[in-house]
Amino acid sequence: MAACRAVRAVLVKCGKSSWTSVPRPPQTDRQLLSRQICVSSAAWRKNLAAAGPEKFSEEYIKKQVEEFNIGKRHLANIMGEDPETFTQEDIDRSIAYLFPSGLFEKRARPVMKVTVQWGEDGRPFHYMFYTGKQAYYSLMHDTFGKVLALEKYQDSMRNKGLFTKDTRQMSLTGSRWLLKEELEELLVENISDHDYTRFLQLMERLLSMPYCAMEEEFVQRFRRQLEVQSSKQEIPAVQHDENGVAFSQAEGRRKTAKASIKLRDCGTGSITINGKSYLLYFPVLQDREQLMFPLHFVDMLGRFNVEASVEGGGHCAQAGALRLAVSRALLSFVSAGEMESMRQAGLLTPDPRVKERKKPGQAGARKKFTWKKR
Amino acid sequence: MAARVLMKAIHSLRSPGVVGAALSCNGHTFSSAAAAARPAAPSVDAGVNEKILNVPLTQPDYFRLSELFTVKDLFEARVHLGHKKGCRHRLMEPYLFGSRLDVDIIDLEQTADHLQRALNFTAHVAYRGGIVLFVSRRRQFAHLVERTAQECGEYAHTRYWQGGLLTNAPVQYGPGVRLPDLIVFLSTLNNVFQTHVGIRDAAKMNIPTVGIVDSNCNPSLVTYPVPGNDDTPVAMELYCRLLKMTINRAKDKRKRMELLKGI
Repeated sequence: MAACRAVRAVLVKCGKSSWTSVPRPPQTDRQLLSRQICVSSAAWRKNLAAAGPEKFSEEYIKKQVEEFNIGKRHLANIMGEDPETFTQEDIDRSIAYLFPSGLFEKRARPVMKVTVQWGEDGRPFHYMFYTGKQAYYSLMHDTFGKVLALEKYQDSMRNKGLFTKDTRQMSLTGSRWLLKEELEELLVENISDHDYTRFLQLMERLLSMPYCAMEEEFVQRFRRQLEVQSSKQEIPAVQHDENGVAFSQAEGRRKTAKASIKLRDCGTGSITINGKSYLLYFPVLQDREQLMFPLHFVDMLGRFNVEASVEGGGHCAQAGALRLAVSRALLSFVSAGEMESMRQAGLLTPDPRVKERKKPGQAGARKKFTWKKR
Repeated sequence: MAARVLMKAIHSLRSPGVVGAALSCNGHTFSSAAAAARPAAPSVDAGVNEKILNVPLTQPDYFRLSELFTVKDLFEARVHLGHKKGCRHRLMEPYLFGSRLDVDIIDLEQTADHLQRALNFTAHVAYRGGIVLFVSRRRQFAHLVERTAQECGEYAHTRYWQGGLLTNAPVQYGPGVRLPDLIVFLSTLNNVFQTHVGIRDAAKMNIPTVGIVDSNCNPSLVTYPVPGNDDTPVAMELYCRLLKMTINRAKDKRKRMELLKGI
């Protein structure tokens, strides 16, 4: 834009009238003081895109080779070497020297600062630093030290004549040894499986000694409590209605069926499902047997009244849901030993099986399409 | 020969904070070593520091280690008992006194001499703040060796020797790690009755070694071999006790010298 304005200014100065005409470069007009900066217009500029790709003609290649050779001689001069005997390797070397790249140089890579394990004078802090696995080996050393100390104690007791085998034993039930990952976390070090096995063997050896109770707190550091399975059972609370009759409520599920029941301690033994009698609701014997099973198991068949509401699923699923609900409701009327036997009979375990989804490329969940050999 | 090695090791100890063994000093004489680098101690004058380092070198037994043991002590600790004639190593024959009922007897006069030299060298290394690494691959004495190292304030390695421990240290431990300045082998064999890899690696890295060589061991690459029994608990306890006493003596002496000269 500025160039055009300059040209226009020049033309006006020269007294040329039309601007629309293509401005020709001023000829030998001596009155022109300012010189034109821009001489070409858009129409004049070479349309590089229209020329097409570079044509590698003979003279083009020759020209490029000549330019390369001249450049090579210049580079040799820069490096202070003989231009006549300047090979390609020398070219590569000089370019690497003149333009050092932080991308490929090994020493230019960033270095992570690791927690230094030695002091200013270079002496490592831990006495087992040179083993590589200082925390693990020092743990093994300490544990073995405790084994030796216990043996020494045993010997001293034997000498005094006070040696007894029936000493206080530590309680190891309900706890397990640390897992390998947990030990690695504790030691902040990587351990192999072999190391872990050795550690456990040493701890077992420590525990096999008579007076091991002396090192109880040391051992407990490497044991974790197991979660007790049986205490997780939720027993529904026993409520009393207006007549003083005890009842409990519970729910159960199986496949898509959901059941919720009220177990009353009446004495009649009638079962009502969704307002209907169980004989009408479950014409099939198998479903009625499922319903009966928990009460029959604890020998309280005629004692309870069941009021149930169930929805979803088919008749078997509904029966299963009801069975689970009845078992859960019974827990509040049954002793702990009977509860354990019910749990072992499988009455309290919800059945996790649901319908498996159909997969694409197959007819059903497992069924495949006909396999054709060819 | 031993004096030259002593000077080599001392020269390598002079620059702290650099991998001691990486400074390979090729045949420097004593005078050039003395004229070489002076380590700058923060609070002490350079001349005083030089005196602290050079005074122990003037006397042959500066730390009076000959009073620590006698040949009788070695005999009572059963150091003279070697292995059977069939296990004898050819290169140990000069150190043997003879054999009785097929059992090789190690010459305790030579042992005493070698032990004196080895303890003296260890004392000088500890005096100059060098790192001493105790190595033994015998399971019976692993706990004893580790405890000894702990009590002296030095380092122990009685476990599985990883291949690149000395030769590939900057990669395994991080750049700028300091290697041990002396390695003491309380048993030169590993669990398969072959020479411990550490002897060869220490020789490669120019680290001097002190080694208790039994009659079935190869004393070739060990700088200060001490022919003696490495199987009996009594003997091992003797060695550990002697080494602990030398190192503690040397370190105490150093502290006292620094206090004295600092005044």
